[in-house]
Amino acid sequence: MAIRERLSGNEAVAYAIKQINPDVMPAFPITPSTEIPQYVANYIANGELDTEFIPVESEHSAMSATLGASAAGARALTATSSCGMALMWEELYVAASDRLPIALALVNRALTGPININADHSDSMGARDSGWIQIYAESNQEVYDNFLQAYPIAENKDVMLPIMICQDGFITSHGVENILLVEDELVKDFVGEYEPEHYLLHPTEKMAVGPYAVSNYYMETKRAQREAMLQAKRVILEVAEKFEKMTGRKYGFFEEYRMEDAEYAIVIIGSAAGTCKAAIDEIRNTTGKKVGLLKIRVFRPFPEEEIAKALSHVKAVAIMDRSEMFAGTGGPLGAEVRAALYQAKAQAEVVNYFYGLGGRDITVKDFMQVYDNLEKIATTHEVSGMYEYIGLRER
Amino acid sequence: MIQDRINEKSPWQDITEGNKIFEAATSREFCTGEWRTSTPVFHEEKCKQCLLCVPVCPDSSIPVQDCKRGEFDYDHCKGCGICAKVCPFDAISMREGK
Repeated sequence: MAIRERLSGNEAVAYAIKQINPDVMPAFPITPSTEIPQYVANYIANGELDTEFIPVESEHSAMSATLGASAAGARALTATSSCGMALMWEELYVAASDRLPIALALVNRALTGPININADHSDSMGARDSGWIQIYAESNQEVYDNFLQAYPIAENKDVMLPIMICQDGFITSHGVENILLVEDELVKDFVGEYEPEHYLLHPTEKMAVGPYAVSNYYMETKRAQREAMLQAKRVILEVAEKFEKMTGRKYGFFEEYRMEDAEYAIVIIGSAAGTCKAAIDEIRNTTGKKVGLLKIRVFRPFPEEEIAKALSHVKAVAIMDRSEMFAGTGGPLGAEVRAALYQAKAQAEVVNYFYGLGGRDITVKDFMQVYDNLEKIATTHEVSGMYEYIGLRER
Repeated sequence: MIQDRINEKSPWQDITEGNKIFEAATSREFCTGEWRTSTPVFHEEKCKQCLLCVPVCPDSSIPVQDCKRGEFDYDHCKGCGICAKVCPFDAISMREGK
């Protein structure tokens, strides 16, 4: 029987770490992810966990030490947010190109500047090209479940890529929710032991990691990385299926909420999906209008074909971005979903919204307004531009 | 040799995962001497075998056998000229080009 608890998102991730008992965790505190290494350090101090915790002097060192530990053959991880991740930038790319299955507990927070500590996806979206698998969560339950699935995905022989398990700063990281925890023994069996094929501390095999790749090798290396990312699509679904067998909770590349007959759809990542679901229920109950939601769970590898297929029957789509990229095309999710729809020759009208930047609140009413706009656009076929804003003060 | 297995003609499918190398001392196979734009020339008749040039070479490109230095390892000498500068007997001169 699952264990009923009430935990914050940070506590849930720390608890997952305790259950997995990884070998090495170098970490440096930063709001709002500080609690994760703090709880882990507590577990270790209390003798409940024998992970080697390395208190480093910066995030650059945190990810460097994580890389070193992973290359040596250890199951390694770290946690961070925002500028902490920005300071890891160089090592993020190295972790991916060295094919080290590191886990990163990322608590999404706006990148400075202006300095801001609240929920925003600019940190992980900025790292979307780094070669990491990225999995996002709506709730504390999801971030816990995603973390349990992290190593089985990353360490799969066909994948061997680093993975970041993302959750929204404060909204889920500090919000306490009811949660179902998996029993320790089941987690142990599910995650298994890490037995790398090659590692630096191997007693007999000679090995070098991270050699210089001149232009004669760089492009082939990148193509091989892409292959691992393509393989990750299959593995993510296999791991989700195994997870469902254990817990009954179903996961995929995305969640479709009331999409089966939807004419108007929103595509979104993260905690705001819950607010959107409330708007959907309200609209369907009061007006009967066919509105639905596609909540992205896996952003890297990006499931472009599956998304286009899931949206193939809708009349209008609103793609919601919680990070700025200053492109004429709008936000990152907007640009990628639009590209997927174009390639699939989709007929739906598309509008891209910026919302919730730097922790700006988004309400049920806001989502209802988006659905109103979608209905209007589907009738008039007039979209005002590549992107719009929700909740922005304007003259 | 590792270059028999993975080389500049290898398709991406044959590149090892993360470019990991499963051999030691493979840097010997990488001829960094190709970068040289200026070349040290050894004048054996002037050499007193003091061996001052050997430890200052950043690329370990002056081989020593039986307490005597031999000809430069031009596969790895990058032509920095430190050896020529340190030689008290003008037994090393620098020539333009490879």
